[in-house]
Amino acid sequence: MARCYQCGKCSAGCPMGAEMALPPHDIMRLTIANDRERLFNDDSLWLCLTCETCSARCPNDVDPARVIDALRELAAGEGAEHAPRNIRAFHESFLEQIRSTGRLSEVGLIMQYKLRSGALLQDVAVAPAMLRRGKLPLRPQRIAGVGEVKALMAACERERGARAAPAAGGAAAPGAGATGGHHNGEDAR
Amino acid sequence: MTLAYYPGCSMHGTSREYEESLLAVAAALELGLTEIADWSCCGASSAHAADHLLGVALPARNLALAEAQGADEVLAPCAACYNRLSGAVHAVAEEPGMAAKVPEVLGRAFANSVRVLSIVELLQGLAPVIEERVAARLEPNPLEHLNIAAYWGCLLVRPAAITGFDDAERPTGMDDVISACSANPVSWNMAVECCGGAFSVSRTSSVLRLSRAIIEDARHCGADAILAACPLCHANLDFRQSAMSLRGEPPMPVLYITQLVGLALGLPMAALGFERHFVDTQPLFARLAREAEKAAAAAAERDAAKAARAAAKAGAS
Repeated sequence: MARCYQCGKCSAGCPMGAEMALPPHDIMRLTIANDRERLFNDDSLWLCLTCETCSARCPNDVDPARVIDALRELAAGEGAEHAPRNIRAFHESFLEQIRSTGRLSEVGLIMQYKLRSGALLQDVAVAPAMLRRGKLPLRPQRIAGVGEVKALMAACERERGARAAPAAGGAAAPGAGATGGHHNGEDAR
Repeated sequence: MTLAYYPGCSMHGTSREYEESLLAVAAALELGLTEIADWSCCGASSAHAADHLLGVALPARNLALAEAQGADEVLAPCAACYNRLSGAVHAVAEEPGMAAKVPEVLGRAFANSVRVLSIVELLQGLAPVIEERVAARLEPNPLEHLNIAAYWGCLLVRPAAITGFDDAERPTGMDDVISACSANPVSWNMAVECCGGAFSVSRTSSVLRLSRAIIEDARHCGADAILAACPLCHANLDFRQSAMSLRGEPPMPVLYITQLVGLALGLPMAALGFERHFVDTQPLFARLAREAEKAAAAAAERDAAKAARAAAKAGAS
């Protein structure tokens, strides 16, 4: 990550760059400076689509897409209140669907998303057209191994808790050496 | 070689026509796909943003099931699933500690021995067979008049370390499939640009902005239709087109790559799920059929004139 020389090529090709207060090269700069305050008090991280254009075009082989994923993971641990409600609702509903059936029911995802985001009427008008085209199976497919999927999700959560614990001391103080080290460890390839 | 099939969640929902056309093509080409029993969601587009290990473990469960089933290759037709499954193979092989950690959280043996195959690689490999079948057909071929823009999106070409079967900026595999189907690949600018992916629901305005730019460029470059190999891209380009102001221009049909191959193989449109699209494909195919008939009639006329000239010449000498 320290190889980033701020050329801005990542931001130039970013499809969401125009909508971000902090386009990818700014995110890289603030991450190197360990400015959690500015990174986490903004919705830019959550506007990343993980299209990977930034990482594909970086002339110095830095991986901004992976850095942004790691930052979102860190931000989520700190409450993630700056993630736009809709985007957070989508991610939470998505994972909840997998946890409860092992697969993603798009109908279930949309229903849960509506409840979480408050966007109750969004796309309601197109539901009949979707149904007519056979694109909305109403019965979710619950797999036999749903318990196994739930257990693996819980195991990943425990792992994340264990990883976060040693860094917790530094997490409260922006600029603390321990958190900077955590970032570097996270992105070392 | 045993080829396992990982449908992924969208294939059983919003992209039903992708699975219908895939299975029809697989039957016609005798591919022998075996669905992975009790497969689970790969976690695309959310798991990786929440937790890196989860983003690897969810797809890895399916790879472990495929292994247990004796497969050495897995076909993942959905570009997002392909990317997550392939990403898991890569992470387990490359990232320190992953090879030990993943079987532990899965509670299953996992040797990371399966190769993940995208739909483009599969069909590109079959291009000679497709070409042969197309050449063997006698009737006027409407597909010869189809100009189509191959839309790759993000997940089939990036990150190159994970995908890597084609060039990340100017991939050509889909064009090979188009050519094998006797249609004409269009040269355009937006083949690997993002359509807005998973923001279809959570930030629709961004999706409309990005997808409209893709459709407008395709039209500007002379495409009659766009070719997609991803349920999310298809939904954003086809379903969301109704909400786009396309400046009074006619709608742009969006075809799945398996639907195009199905047509090339002579399968009936009803077997390929075209009626499930939001943008009606009938006007386009009706026009292509007319053009094909006109071209056939013109060719017949030319042949007749040539024969007449030859006869006249023979009579004169």
